[in-house]
Amino acid sequence: MTRDEIKLEVLDILSDIAPDEDLSQLKDDVSFREQMELDSMDFLDIVMELRKRHRIQIPEDDYVNLASMDSTVTFLEPLMKDIQRV
Amino acid sequence: MIRSASDDQRIVITGIGLTAPNGDNLADYRAALLAGKSGVEPYNIRYIGDTLAGVCHFNELKHQNRKDVRRGTRAGSVSIYCAREAVADSGIDWEAIDRERVGVYIGLTEHGNVETENEVYEISQFNYDTKVWTHHHNPRTVANNPAGEITLNMGITGPHYTIGAACAAGNAGLIQGAQMLMLGECDFAIAGGVSESIRTFGIFAGFASQGALAAHTDPTKASRPFDRGRNGIVVSEGGCIYTLERYSDATKRGAKIYGELVGYSMTSDATDFVLPNPTQQARCMNQALKRAGLNAEDIDIVSTHATATPSGDVQECIALRTVFGNSKRTHINNTKSFIGHAMGAAGSLELAGNLPSFQDNVCHATINVDDLDPECDLPGLVLNEPRETAGVEYILNNSFGMLGINSAVIIKRV
Repeated sequence: MTRDEIKLEVLDILSDIAPDEDLSQLKDDVSFREQMELDSMDFLDIVMELRKRHRIQIPEDDYVNLASMDSTVTFLEPLMKDIQRV
Repeated sequence: MIRSASDDQRIVITGIGLTAPNGDNLADYRAALLAGKSGVEPYNIRYIGDTLAGVCHFNELKHQNRKDVRRGTRAGSVSIYCAREAVADSGIDWEAIDRERVGVYIGLTEHGNVETENEVYEISQFNYDTKVWTHHHNPRTVANNPAGEITLNMGITGPHYTIGAACAAGNAGLIQGAQMLMLGECDFAIAGGVSESIRTFGIFAGFASQGALAAHTDPTKASRPFDRGRNGIVVSEGGCIYTLERYSDATKRGAKIYGELVGYSMTSDATDFVLPNPTQQARCMNQALKRAGLNAEDIDIVSTHATATPSGDVQECIALRTVFGNSKRTHINNTKSFIGHAMGAAGSLELAGNLPSFQDNVCHATINVDDLDPECDLPGLVLNEPRETAGVEYILNNSFGMLGINSAVIIKRV
């Protein structure tokens, strides 16, 4: 996946996890938590969805990389470069 | 005896919130019961395939956002809907109430089967890799989940828990709420019963293996207690939650009062995992009457538990004949014939369906009795059509369950 495709995939996951949120105005360089109502269980949902959809295992120490869209995409880029977006 | 209690020990029902397969509020539900309208419909569930069930169609998003629905359980959503509707119906000033003094007591037949089976199915799609087992599983399956979801949704900081009481749970929740008010543990109780059991295959498969799952070409005729052609239980979901207050508090704020809990009883058979014991059922009803200071002849309506199993109905009828066989005043009906067996919600839903009788003096029927089983031919049985009465002062509501758990509550018109 390209960076743009990874972003679309993360947005798709977020729309499942936070179905009441308007994601159209989400700023890529601002943390998710500053823009959305997300708690620790929601972040675990992001990790779980990446695991289920793409078999990506994210160690707990790396959860910090999922803070914003930019940091998430940067972190996932090497892990998802060989995955095709369906 | 409850009847001699002082006003601060008398417990009254001041609000009702419910969802049944044939109505999502008391007015619609009562209208359906008087019109003979069933809520049973075709239903398909994983592993079982096509079957029948009582399905509720309330709007989950009326009192929850989509994220909370996703995170919680169906039983939680049923509970929140019913609790919010009951509180609104009670007319209490919810913004002003001290929520540390509100208690939540919800009866359940079981909880967690739905969520666990869903997760087992989910990991089966990943070669049983437990790393994809959801972190939501534990908060969804703790036994207090439905009551806890109410407190989260409504900001209640008083006590909350559930009461596991098989299919006597609806009555048990009501009794628990009343007892906590009498003990001074809370000043406003949210109490009743709920069920989500239709959301996984196990309960259908279990009853089928037991030879106790109803089948009929016409879903609306599948639940037929007391009929010779009955062949088992229609499983349903639902919920019915009451707001309970001390009579002194309710009258002080000028609350509408649906009725007063004047007697109750819970007993155990101690004889069998599944088979009911009519001697103990009769003792349960008699104990409730004694506590209320009443005789059988004082009861205007008995709301039966009968589930349409071949033996269970006969056993309850033996118990009913023992207690009410000589009562000319008592009418007997059955609400499962309309809605199926709503499990943990059954007791509270079936009671609620009868409470409007205090105003309209009509006893709704037990429907689908085309060929009355002679062993179920009780005096006072109201068959197929509602019956006008000379007035309703007292209703006795039976709810029994597996492992030999019996409950009866008596409500008086106020």
